[in-house]
Amino acid sequence: MNKVMKIENQFKVIRIAFSIAIALAIAFLIISFVSDDPLYTMYNFIIGPFTSINRIGNIIEVMTPLLFTAVGVCIMYSANMINMASEGAFFLGGVATAYVAVTYTMPSGIHPIISILAGGIVGAIVCGIPAIMHIKFNALPVVSSLMINYVCLYLGLFIVNYVIRDPQAGYMASYKFAKTAILPELFSKTNVHLGLIIGLAVVVFGYYFLMRSKWGYSIRMIGKNTSFAKYSGMNVTAILLSCQLIGGFIAGIGGAVEQLGMYNRFQYQKLPGHGFDGVMIAILARYNPKFVPLASFFLAYIRVGADVMARTSDVPVEIVSIIQAVIIIFVASERFLEGWKYRRIVKATKDTHAEAEKQVVGEA
Amino acid sequence: MEIILDSIFSTEFFFSVLRVATPLIFVSLAALVVKNGGVMCIAFEGMMLFSALGAVIGSAFSQSRLVGILVGLLLGMSISAIFAYFVLVLNSNGVLTGLALNILGSGGTVFMLYLISGDKGSSTALKSLIIPNVDIPIIKDIPVIGEILSGHNILTYVALITVVVVYILINKTPLGLRIRSVGENPHAAESVGIKVIKTKFIALMIGGFIASLGGIYMSMGYLPFFTRDMMAGRGFMGIAASNLGGGLTIPTFAAALLFGSAEALSNIMQSLRLPSEFMQMVPYIVTLIGLMLVGGNNKKLTFKKEEKNE
Repeated sequence: MNKVMKIENQFKVIRIAFSIAIALAIAFLIISFVSDDPLYTMYNFIIGPFTSINRIGNIIEVMTPLLFTAVGVCIMYSANMINMASEGAFFLGGVATAYVAVTYTMPSGIHPIISILAGGIVGAIVCGIPAIMHIKFNALPVVSSLMINYVCLYLGLFIVNYVIRDPQAGYMASYKFAKTAILPELFSKTNVHLGLIIGLAVVVFGYYFLMRSKWGYSIRMIGKNTSFAKYSGMNVTAILLSCQLIGGFIAGIGGAVEQLGMYNRFQYQKLPGHGFDGVMIAILARYNPKFVPLASFFLAYIRVGADVMARTSDVPVEIVSIIQAVIIIFVASERFLEGWKYRRIVKATKDTHAEAEKQVVGEA
Repeated sequence: MEIILDSIFSTEFFFSVLRVATPLIFVSLAALVVKNGGVMCIAFEGMMLFSALGAVIGSAFSQSRLVGILVGLLLGMSISAIFAYFVLVLNSNGVLTGLALNILGSGGTVFMLYLISGDKGSSTALKSLIIPNVDIPIIKDIPVIGEILSGHNILTYVALITVVVVYILINKTPLGLRIRSVGENPHAAESVGIKVIKTKFIALMIGGFIASLGGIYMSMGYLPFFTRDMMAGRGFMGIAASNLGGGLTIPTFAAALLFGSAEALSNIMQSLRLPSEFMQMVPYIVTLIGLMLVGGNNKKLTFKKEEKNE
């Protein structure tokens, strides 16, 4: 039966590869219809992101916040609770960080830490609300978390607009962050900042927490079979709530790090969409934080590619949404390529049986 | 405070409630039909965005309202067909598929809009048509009621008629019975010869049709053009309303009107120079409270279902 397991695992990877291939094929098809010079456009899309250090730096910058939201989503979804509030947690976490970074004066070593913690705590609260509503009132987490995202958006905009708005900025933005709060850059020619290191640390933490610790095992067990987890004596509600809080904390840190690393004032006008990106990356990584850097890199790469393409041709960046949607749709469909998988499993099983029979005949 | 009360207890306010609630009524009814069929679909946001854009494109290029509506319905329903195919035939996770289709709706409509009009924000460059407002003969002469009920967009009346149609469809027709039985207990339905997948597919397509009408109203009635992400969560509010209504037609309609009032209220408050951000939160917070209030009922329902399955 070992062979069967092997084929099962192989097909999990094959299905993701096929989904990505189909998505890219659809994207290229659209480009060739839309663009006047499809070959040049595609060249920019595929090779463009690697043509200068600046652009490679861009990929890393785009990837950094995705690491956080994706690990957060991995932890939240492993308990089989579809909580979309990572988006709101990212946004409102950023606002909380901006508030601390603008209002308080602290020494430079401590200021970023406190600001980021503020973002994380706010993020945890945001993602905790749908979980509590689900546990206490049995409210559908998908719908409640999506509603909470809008509440976060307007609450955040209110704080930025009425509490920390800089009237001198000329547009809707907060005061400048204190110099002590800003995260240092890692490489001189790019904007890659310390957040990358924090993000990778979060990935390592997420992997050991979710895949190697007892707590993480309980979370995954609840996700696989809630009744079994309950009857084997786990405190399901406590674990369910804890993993939503931890996931939200990480998403909130992501919003915080993004603000302190990439901007010098808070200037979002709408939800940035990184929480939803996190969902897609988590699906690609099969909810295992180990694969999150690879999947985030992939999304950041096509995003920067689309950006380069949009600047050099007539194809708008939104093509990334189309690619994202197609990938999610195919990866999420269980029966996609299932026939192929079954034929291979049947063949492998037959082979094993034939071998076993041969052995029996030989011994006789 | 007095100004607020004055503006609430006025005919204009009740008129605006109906105007604002129209898309919510449509999408709540769509969610209701789908919910009765036992499918969890969150793709209404994407459906409505595509149908809104389709209506604008169709009417702008043909200069015919009918073509606009048809193109809108076609685009919106193709999204629900994609959803139905993947979820029912390929056994996909419905929530993730819905999420993907919403991402597609948000980005894909902007993509199409940019290619056609060269603008990413709105479709004002396209000369799309609007569906006119009408006065209802006798009712318009009645004081108060006439001012509230008459003079609306044709689609607002269609929405009100749809409430009745959906009520009859779900409660009085064989198809409605099949949809409900498939939603209640697919195995039992299958054992008496109902084709489960086909019935769910029909429910989703009916839902797609109704939700698309809501999308068309947004770009041909509520506003005379398409703007990016113009649904602003209305698709999700519809799901919340159908939950709040417990899968029954009239309570769902009432919930949609409640959310509509919250939105109309927030529009009034904004014009009174209260912090607009707070007022914009109102519809979503009302939805959240509604979800909590109705949760208890749902719990009983799901427990019953679990027992049946066992």
